[in-house]
Amino acid sequence: MSQPLLTAAEVQSLAHLARLELSDHELAVLTRQLEAIVEYVALLQEVPTEGVEPLAHALPVHNVFREDEPAPSLSPQDALAATADRRITSRGEYFYAVPAVLE
Amino acid sequence: MSLTHQTAAVLLGLLQRGEIRAVDLTQQFLDAIGRHNATLGAYLHVDSAGALEQARAVDERRARREPLGPLAGLPIALKDNLCTRGLPTTCASKILAEFRPVYDAHVVSRLRAADAVLLGKTNLDEFAMGSSTENSAFQITRNPWNLRCIPGGSSGGSAAAVAGCLAPVALGSDTGGSVRQPAALCGVVGLKPSYGRVSRFGLVAFGSSLDQIGTLTHDVTDAALLLEVIAGHDPRDATCADQPVPAYRNLLDAPIGQLTIGVPREFFGEGLDPHVETAVREALNTYKALGATLKEVSLPHSRYALAAYYLVATAEASSNLARYDGVHFGHRSDRHDDLISLYSRSRGEGFGKEVKRRIMLGTYALSSGYRDAYYLKALKVRRLIRADFDAAFQECDVIAGPTSPTTAFPLGERVSDPLAMYLADIYTISANLAGLAGISVPCGFSPEGLPIGLQLLSAPLSEERLLRIARLYESVTDWHTRRPSRSGDE
Repeated sequence: MSQPLLTAAEVQSLAHLARLELSDHELAVLTRQLEAIVEYVALLQEVPTEGVEPLAHALPVHNVFREDEPAPSLSPQDALAATADRRITSRGEYFYAVPAVLE
Repeated sequence: MSLTHQTAAVLLGLLQRGEIRAVDLTQQFLDAIGRHNATLGAYLHVDSAGALEQARAVDERRARREPLGPLAGLPIALKDNLCTRGLPTTCASKILAEFRPVYDAHVVSRLRAADAVLLGKTNLDEFAMGSSTENSAFQITRNPWNLRCIPGGSSGGSAAAVAGCLAPVALGSDTGGSVRQPAALCGVVGLKPSYGRVSRFGLVAFGSSLDQIGTLTHDVTDAALLLEVIAGHDPRDATCADQPVPAYRNLLDAPIGQLTIGVPREFFGEGLDPHVETAVREALNTYKALGATLKEVSLPHSRYALAAYYLVATAEASSNLARYDGVHFGHRSDRHDDLISLYSRSRGEGFGKEVKRRIMLGTYALSSGYRDAYYLKALKVRRLIRADFDAAFQECDVIAGPTSPTTAFPLGERVSDPLAMYLADIYTISANLAGLAGISVPCGFSPEGLPIGLQLLSAPLSEERLLRIARLYESVTDWHTRRPSRSGDE
């Protein structure tokens, strides 16, 4: 299988997907480094894996269920304690503010 | 010997017999931190007032003959990616510089319930991504055996704190070797329990199918003591195994019986420092002299482990770190005109180089068109790696080899070459991919006086036997009793 060469434009588009603002310098350095890493991990392509099930994690446990019962949890005030812009309404309800999403 | 140089087991004995008070012991560690942390850089945050208060409370309860927990009065250091209620938990990242969790990690709750004294939070590679602790956004950490060298990583602060006698024991986390490798490079014992043995609730997630919390201690007995406290089922981590926790400490010196040690030829290949190889072979001969059988085993997919690891770990990291968006947690950029630029700029300003590199690689591995070729392929290879170990454990009790291919390297040597840095984990990552238990124990020094570690790996949830086998080696050697010299001590 042919190896796609990483271009700066592709790396820029990955950065957009990852919501990561990069300077031109960072973009140039990362393009070079990612290319080297992608070239290295291409080593995997030589392993025959037909019929091999992917192993997502090492324990033989799947869907762990519990009763859906109310239990104590963080207060809204605590749950929002780490937000950068926590606010409170006149009725004492906590929320966080972000730039307007809708016009 | 100064109290700060003692093991936890010795200190607990002194405390229990009333020969020392917890508050005096804690003060001695705080004094040592005051004298040496500026040089070592092991701690990011020291909670002197909180630690003394916890110690005083233990002393008062002991004086009143109230029941106390198994670690009553024992100081401990915590890697700064373990949530501590009301105390900084920065992950050595600018993005979490101001973050103070509103709850304790499960292991922290367990330590508090055991009446341990929490000294402070230790340095790490940002979000535990690295092998030298040089990726911390705040400071470097130095190796107590040679101040010009790295302590290993990512739990370099915890390893340096224990090796440098600024804490008798510490917790770290191990996603690809981040407890075992710094333990080897700093000459202490590093235990990575199996996947599922310890709840990760409150451990800031990096690679969720690989992360595990582990211990850094002077010896195997202390590792057993700590594991007994932190292991066990917790419904808040759905991947935590619902299995009984053996009395690791009491079982340590029980007879092992017939012991077969698997020696994979793949762990003694190209890139292995000859001094490390000599020390590890010598340790294997020690086991042989004790009656163990050495058996060559093969792990044919070992050469693919690093590549598989860097795809799986980065894919999971890119997803886990999506939560740092400038809204819910941590740093928010002032320069934004809409929601997307708020996200991108907060993350661009808050994350360091290695974290950005891994988010990008993970995003690539998961992106449309490449997911099958990279991420899924890596998960298939991961199953083959696990199958290699399952087959090997049919023939042996543990697999032994070097923990790290080299001793501690000079600060700055590998910072600009990510692939060279990644190779530091070449012998440790497969245990995370396969969910095994692993331990690194001190087994010698290079001619330059840098510590070397022996790694032992065992099947999932077999920590009890792993610890006994490690203890057997320790009981006939004295590497674990060595402490680096430091100026200003008696």
